[in-house]
Amino acid sequence: MWPELGQVSLLLGLVLALLLSVLPLWGATKNQPALIQTAKPLAYTLLAAIALSYALLTWAFLQHDFSVAYVARNSNSLLPVLYQFSAVWGAHEGSLLLWVLTLCLWIAAVALFSRNLPGHVVARVLSVMGMVAFGFLAFTVFTSNPFERLLPAALEGHDLNPLLQDPGLIFHPPLLYIGYVGFSVAFAFAIAALIEGRLDSDYVRWARPWTNIAWAFLTVGIALGSFWAYYELGWGGWWFWDPVENASFMPWLVGAALLHSQATTEKRGSFSSWTLLLAIAAFSLSLLGTFLVRSGVLTSVHAFASDPERGMFILAFLSAVVGGSLALFAWRAPKEHGKPFNWQSRESLLLFNNLFLAAACAMVLLGTLYPLLAEALGLGKISVGPPYFGKLFLILMAPIVLLIPFGPLTRWQNEDLGNVARWLAPWLVLALVVAVIAYFRAPQHPFKSALAYFSGLWIFLGTARFVWQRFRQAKGRFTAEMSGMVLAHTGVAVFCFGALMAEGLSVEKDVAAKPGQRFEIGDYRFTFQGVRELPGPNFTAQRGDVLVSRGDRTIGLLHPEKRRYASGGSIMTEADMHGGITRDLYVALGEPLDDKGTWALRLHVKPFIRWIWIGALMMALGALLVTFDARFKHKVKAA
Amino acid sequence: MNPVRKRRLILVALVLLAAAVAALFITMALQENINYLHTPTEVRAGQAPENARFRLGGVVCEGSVQRTEGSLDIRFAITDRVRQVPVHFNGILPDMFKEGTSVIASGKMENGEFTATEVLAKHDETYMPKEVADAMAKGAALQTKTCGEP
Repeated sequence: MWPELGQVSLLLGLVLALLLSVLPLWGATKNQPALIQTAKPLAYTLLAAIALSYALLTWAFLQHDFSVAYVARNSNSLLPVLYQFSAVWGAHEGSLLLWVLTLCLWIAAVALFSRNLPGHVVARVLSVMGMVAFGFLAFTVFTSNPFERLLPAALEGHDLNPLLQDPGLIFHPPLLYIGYVGFSVAFAFAIAALIEGRLDSDYVRWARPWTNIAWAFLTVGIALGSFWAYYELGWGGWWFWDPVENASFMPWLVGAALLHSQATTEKRGSFSSWTLLLAIAAFSLSLLGTFLVRSGVLTSVHAFASDPERGMFILAFLSAVVGGSLALFAWRAPKEHGKPFNWQSRESLLLFNNLFLAAACAMVLLGTLYPLLAEALGLGKISVGPPYFGKLFLILMAPIVLLIPFGPLTRWQNEDLGNVARWLAPWLVLALVVAVIAYFRAPQHPFKSALAYFSGLWIFLGTARFVWQRFRQAKGRFTAEMSGMVLAHTGVAVFCFGALMAEGLSVEKDVAAKPGQRFEIGDYRFTFQGVRELPGPNFTAQRGDVLVSRGDRTIGLLHPEKRRYASGGSIMTEADMHGGITRDLYVALGEPLDDKGTWALRLHVKPFIRWIWIGALMMALGALLVTFDARFKHKVKAA
Repeated sequence: MNPVRKRRLILVALVLLAAAVAALFITMALQENINYLHTPTEVRAGQAPENARFRLGGVVCEGSVQRTEGSLDIRFAITDRVRQVPVHFNGILPDMFKEGTSVIASGKMENGEFTATEVLAKHDETYMPKEVADAMAKGAALQTKTCGEP
């Protein structure tokens, strides 16, 4: 009975979303306050309906109700309780419901925190978000119903994909979704502005915190996914340029461009059309990501559904959203009315930032879709190798890395960049000197390690120069916006250093290890002590003991595992690592190589790899900090 | 030509130049890093490149896996049920690697043997890379357990 209630509640949500997408918009067009006022109650009831539906699906998991097909496929009575919660979004249908729930949360949040905005603007924004919700609800109800019954009911569930049975994966999808879906606010706001035909800096000011929050969540979501791939997949890498990683990275890049261009539009009025276009692009790329993941057109770890009907539905929805909003843009894009600026100004620096971020996104898009294109054109089945992305990304990011310290020190409208260059010159020289030393001292890949020191130090020192200037000239007064920017830019420095050091100086060794055998990597010694068998809740594990030491000092005993899951018999590698600020020591178990206890072992020493995620976290926190700025608390004047 | 127009013209020319340079870089990088997927039948028919890297997709032939005791050296054959190609790999195989499961190996042909630098297997029992599924469909004889001629 409960699943049926969930189903009804889902259908109710569909109707409410339809009403939300029509009534307030109509009211705003015809200027009928009664209709405009329906927006907020509709938003709240929509959230209530979807939340109920979601809660009932979770309930079905907790009750082991294997008469629900989705539960039977993705759970098991032995599954630990924690994973029963996360199993709800462990496969296609449920993760779609989570997508919709996240969207409804954003809709309700917009309804709640928009008291400062004129009613008709809120009505339009909520209506546009209602349309998106309607599209996704229709998709859920008609092609991927999570409440579908299984007759006769299964006696035992099939179990959650073992790859997903990990604490990191509990938070990765929800955070990513909050980010993805969060761009719908900026999108809805852009569409509302286009319908209205004007873009006030007041409105942009209202939209900015939403974009920042969405981008921050997306950042954390991506970082968590990358961290999970690092320690769970047992490959020892942190980014693989996998199509689905790219799918989340594209909105992130455009989102980063959007943050900066929104700030420009709000403060100077410049780039207003470009800001609208980026807002449309960020959300469209989020949808494209959903399409790539959910349609199964691409093969990847993440692709779980390959139902052509679903793919077609999302593709149709995607074309409607992208086509419709671009047509609207072409028809009603506002005239530029920004203050003029000299080429030596903060505006042009931000323009560069946007150009390179957009170009990087286009590059990733091309590389990701190229295999699909080639197949459609009959050029054979191909894949684009990671070096394509890695090399081009480095080239496209280099100018941004060089220009970051200039941005905050440069005035709006008109600035003598020569002055700024003179302020920064000593720090540039310092960064260069350290880079040269690093080049000659690096045990391998000297170029990457030099780049790591240069980019990390240059961005860090350049940003510190800005902080120092504030202390000298403004007695250390920082707005929340400035502090957020400083934190995020420092995060970029930390990230660049970590990523390039880990790429350049990591040592990886695959070895055949006899019990008692020792292996040296750099100063570290790994002693393999053998493998034992241990039982787990829903698996049995082969557990290795590897003693790690440096000189005479023992660092720790690592326990990499190989797990065989009871249902389905799938095998999973659980790597073990000793983490640290300056390096991670990482051991993964391969397979037994003979019957004398010899095992394949994968040993890694990864310098500074944690800095990658620390840097990402700093960027996210920085973006969040900006939203506390006093400028976002003022009331928007009625139009 | 008035100065405003002249400035715009220079700007447009610069943007075009930048776009052209970017396009050049991207095409070059793409060409260097494209890997084709071939099936054993295609390899045997001489359609796979001789001295370049490509990906070989198919099923691990039953009874073909041979390990040099106590080392990482392993040899097996990949088949599409029509023809087979011997593969040599030195490294750690993925969790899902088993005889009879679908895999994709990347590497190149050396002395009639495919030397792989990386072997990917399907991630769980319900997941099969679309490319391999297509390759298998070409083999058309999914039911048989024969591995085909070398």
